Amino acid sequence: MNVKTAAKPMARREMAKRLADDIPEGWYVNLGIGAPLQVADFVPEAREVVFQSENGVLGMGPAPEPDKINRWLINAGKQYITLRTGGSYMHHADSFALIRGGHLDLCVLGAFQVAENGDIANWSTSDNESAPAVGGAMDLAAGARRIWVMMDHTTKTGESRLVRRCTYPLTAVAVVKRVYTNLAVLDVTDDGFAVREMVPGMTLDELQKVTDAPLRMAAIVRTANKGN
Amino acid sequence: MINKIVQSMAEAMAGIRDGAVVLVGGFGSIGQPNALIEGLIEQGAKDLTVVANNSGVGYVGLAALLNTGRVRKIVCSFPRTADPVVFERLWREGKIELECVPQGTMAERMRAAGAGIPAFYTPTAVGTKLAAGKEEREIGGRKYILEEALHGDVALVEAWEADRWGNLTYNASARNFNPVMATAAKLTIVQSQHIVELGALDPEKIATPGIFVDRVLHVPYGEPMVT
Repeated sequence: MNVKTAAKPMARREMAKRLADDIPEGWYVNLGIGAPLQVADFVPEAREVVFQSENGVLGMGPAPEPDKINRWLINAGKQYITLRTGGSYMHHADSFALIRGGHLDLCVLGAFQVAENGDIANWSTSDNESAPAVGGAMDLAAGARRIWVMMDHTTKTGESRLVRRCTYPLTAVAVVKRVYTNLAVLDVTDDGFAVREMVPGMTLDELQKVTDAPLRMAAIVRTANKGN
Repeated sequence: MINKIVQSMAEAMAGIRDGAVVLVGGFGSIGQPNALIEGLIEQGAKDLTVVANNSGVGYVGLAALLNTGRVRKIVCSFPRTADPVVFERLWREGKIELECVPQGTMAERMRAAGAGIPAFYTPTAVGTKLAAGKEEREIGGRKYILEEALHGDVALVEAWEADRWGNLTYNASARNFNPVMATAAKLTIVQSQHIVELGALDPEKIATPGIFVDRVLHVPYGEPMVT
């Protein structure tokens, strides 16, 4: 980040915690492979949120103790997991019927870019890459009732990931509802990005300087655990 | 008496022809019927189209099949799993064709094939480059693209338990693509960790009814390798 500010960007786990605070009890949630999976660590067990993994697991629990691994039980990131009490298995067509059919309250995805109209690019950085690999990203992005994105505000070289228009190949059109970055939480509205909150010490002017898309403050204030 | 249990790999693989479309179950290595894949390598059919979620890890299972050079085309959602050394080499050298399909679309195309549905409209991939060349239609104010059923000549399936009618159960997330692939092929061949007596499986737990299964081979494969 090339801007002078007193603000300190959030670490990945702080972002996961911040996002987790907004997931209310009772939601069915798919967490994308990579950083979004950490969100589950910050939803206390007493708050019953049911995590889905698209390879046919509903009610995914935390990683098992090393001596209690079930070698037939993995998540979509191909890591060993556990099944929570009340969990269930299904085959792939049913799993994606659940996703495509709008039954998930939320899917949290990582992204390379999010555009001000809610377009998301998260599967490919080039039209000419070696072998395209999409996995379930397009199904999740098109299917879940809400798409929240968790990503750094800028690239390592300081380019904004919040853009007017995505330059990377799209995953889905106009689906992102909210973005959690290491600097701010933003809603995607009919009028573009609206800033809900910023890390302590950051001003809207400072945030705008590292953001390609135009920003404005949201009318609403943060209310944790209410989800919308 | 109906008895779909075969006694040898040669019997299990009989009749698979050059040019066949082969559906291969599994998600990564979990639920992937590695013994049947080795049997197919031994059997020797070539010019194959393989449909599988991933493109193989290391040099075993699906990767070993690709490494024989007998796979003309792979249809998959994610060819870049942990260690796709064989696929990457073939792809670089232009020796394999890839059709990249969103994972849910791939599953639904096979579900449709098994259910007698020739094509369906889906919101997945609308407005992306994977929709290129596909019919787009607006229904109820939302855009969809047309996807066609994906039929297999052969499905290779890994099950947990099987009986002589071909009724199958699965173990945890090893279910994945196996049941839907079993419905979508003309010839469904199963490797099963356990063979049980007819009547021993709880009807409520049978995930694939025997009508979808043609041959069952007992393969007490043990635990799957690392994912």
